[in-house]
Amino acid sequence: MRLQDIKRDRTVTVVTMALGAQTLAIPAPLLREILDPLPVTRVPGAGPHVPGVVNVRGSVVPLADLKHVLSITNEGHDERRRILVLEITLGGEAAVVAISADAVHEVTTVETHLIEPVPTTAQAWPPDYLTGLYRGASGFVLLPNLEMIFANLANQL
Amino acid sequence: MSDEMSAIFREELRDLLESLEKGLLDLKSRPTDMGLVNQVFRDLHTVKGSGAMFGFTDLAAFIHEFETVFDRIRAGVLPVGPEILRLALAAKDEIPGLVDNEPDPDGRRDGILAALVGLMNPGQPPAASAEAGAQANGQGPAPDLPAAPSGPSHLRFRLSSGAFAMGARPEILLDELRGLGATEITADLTELPSLDRLDVEDCWLGWSMSLPAEISAQQLEEVFMFVDADWSLVPAEPAAPAPSGDAVAETAVTLHAPPAADTAPPPAAAAPPGAPAREKPADAAGATVRVPAERLDALMDAVGELVILEARLTELARENRDPALITTAEQITRLAAGLRDATMTMRMVPIRSLVARFRRLVLDLSDKLGKPVEFSVIGEDTKLDKTVIEKLADPLVHILRNAIDHGMETQEQRAETAKAHVGLIELSAEHAGAEVLIRVRDDGRGMDPARIRAKAVAQGLISADTILTESQIFALVFEPGFSTAEKVTELSGRGVGMDVVRRTIESLRGSLEIESKMGHGTTVTLRLPLTLAIIEGLLIEVAGERYTLPMASVQEIVELPADKAQPKKSGDFLDIRGRFVPFLRMRAMFDCAGQPGPEQNVVIVMSGENRVGLVVDRIVGTNQTVIKQMSKLHAGVRAVSGATILGDGSVALILDVAHLVGMGRSQQEPQGREVAA
Repeated sequence: MRLQDIKRDRTVTVVTMALGAQTLAIPAPLLREILDPLPVTRVPGAGPHVPGVVNVRGSVVPLADLKHVLSITNEGHDERRRILVLEITLGGEAAVVAISADAVHEVTTVETHLIEPVPTTAQAWPPDYLTGLYRGASGFVLLPNLEMIFANLANQL
Repeated sequence: MSDEMSAIFREELRDLLESLEKGLLDLKSRPTDMGLVNQVFRDLHTVKGSGAMFGFTDLAAFIHEFETVFDRIRAGVLPVGPEILRLALAAKDEIPGLVDNEPDPDGRRDGILAALVGLMNPGQPPAASAEAGAQANGQGPAPDLPAAPSGPSHLRFRLSSGAFAMGARPEILLDELRGLGATEITADLTELPSLDRLDVEDCWLGWSMSLPAEISAQQLEEVFMFVDADWSLVPAEPAAPAPSGDAVAETAVTLHAPPAADTAPPPAAAAPPGAPAREKPADAAGATVRVPAERLDALMDAVGELVILEARLTELARENRDPALITTAEQITRLAAGLRDATMTMRMVPIRSLVARFRRLVLDLSDKLGKPVEFSVIGEDTKLDKTVIEKLADPLVHILRNAIDHGMETQEQRAETAKAHVGLIELSAEHAGAEVLIRVRDDGRGMDPARIRAKAVAQGLISADTILTESQIFALVFEPGFSTAEKVTELSGRGVGMDVVRRTIESLRGSLEIESKMGHGTTVTLRLPLTLAIIEGLLIEVAGERYTLPMASVQEIVELPADKAQPKKSGDFLDIRGRFVPFLRMRAMFDCAGQPGPEQNVVIVMSGENRVGLVVDRIVGTNQTVIKQMSKLHAGVRAVSGATILGDGSVALILDVAHLVGMGRSQQEPQGREVAA
């Protein structure tokens, strides 16, 4: 999802979640459900970005580690850990993927004029992977470009 | 017409066209086989009849001429020739377009029809042929007709009360009769019940009319062929009394339409025997039921869920140790297994459904390239899961094209090598354990390993000093970008194709191999699993993680000898009853941390033609494995072909033995080449 696509609407509803010390906002329409931690089956040879799969109500769903993808420092996790199940478009088809979150904060509505493009000088993140960012109550909130991220992950292997 | 009716017709049409095409192609090799001529005629007639019944009048009109030609062949008036077959195939190809109301701006259809009619009447201009066609309709040549009667004959007909339910449309029948020249059509209301007993779904009307005297009972029989109707024809009085007092014209011919038996009066020579009573479309519902494919998929999904839940229930019952619960779980296990087998059987489709289109492909290609080819099929009844069948079409088309385009020599080359003038391509299918083997064999020039090797080196696929066996060299043609065709033809040589073939077959959890002998031909063998939905699996454990191996590839399980427990620098072999079997350590391959326990097992699997051992920590047991596809995010993990959900709700990966072994070899190669033997 590109920034100009988001800006077409006046507001956007997002779910905010924590990854390490960073806060991420996931567009609510993409979110299918939030689950308590599930047993993860490791896929040997799959690499660190999508290291395993989980059983989501009888479907085998890949579990991505956005911390690794976005180079966010791991600060450990506790009982607030959750799994977000998302429905995205992958290679032109609908696909169900899951991402882990260290905590899920809230559902909130953001005015799109407050969302800014990511400064190109901010080298900490691959620029394609972020749609934009806005100032939240406690620091910056990143909007990851999930379609782009997963499309790249699918091509990497 | 309702969409549902239209869908039924289209589905029937597909089958009929397939059968029609097969008949026409078979006629090419057996032009005098009257059984085939009859079959073609019947197919055409059914297409015409159901087309008219469903309101496709253009289609019916088009087929009419087409059918007339075959009627004449049937009558022995016209011989089967290559030109007729060519036109007939071209005409057959127009039928789907007619049904879909596609326009025909170039007048192609009319051209085909005119050519067909022209064949029928070599001496006459095409315009005069309609009449000739009508005469040929089941009747001998004109001199055999009885003396021209005068005055009209009278027809009465009445549909059976349930005819509407079977799709009968009286207005279409009346139209058709009007086309034959019916006049003074009146409805017969005598059977109409009082309003309180009237069921509007039933047909209560009858009709009577006058028909021109030359309309024969047989022509009427065609009109009524597809409806359940009682009809009677009172023929006209002959102009002059019959010479010997024959009673031909005096009795009314009364018929019940469906068993269209030998009631037709014309000379016996004109109507050959052996045209069996035809099946009416509505009757097909009795013995077999057509089910949309997606419902079968939904059923299979539901059975898959059931099998997973059943495993969960069994595990819970075992934990709880409640005898009543255990008994119930066992019964459910039995039921689930029965349901699973029944569902899988339902999804099995004979390979015949695929082969029909290949016959045509081979014929067209061999014509186009001027390489006469005989195409034979063995084991058409071999059944495979419908999903596998659907996905097999494209790879087989590629393989067959290659066989004709690259494999087959030209006629001149064949003459030089003293081979039979006509090339042979054989497609065979057979069951082998839990697999189906499909082979495409040709007797062409065969593949030249040296040339393939040189090409692969030139294209940078292998380095010049790579040591490869002959089968490894042949396998190079499946590499992306590989093509030995000197020039790119319309058919092949673009270097795409064979790698797509391999990818498709692998996505079906199958494999393929090539055998070839210079000058003698090439055989491509596809190995495919019977089903893609549920397989028998062997559950194993490696470093606390569980994996499933397809039982079909497991040969035996042995203990790992204590002296082999630790990895060595050089290659490892097991001595199994005097045979050396290389083995792979799963822990090392999957980068597992920690040390294995004191007792490890080795699962001996078949990978291609080789036996390879896989060292695992523990054998958990066998299980019914409901295969779930891995997502695109894991498409590159070749050693895993899918995943399944175990009784405790966790996910176990299904290992792809061939890729696993390939991966193990490439990992080990730097240390010890002998493993790759």
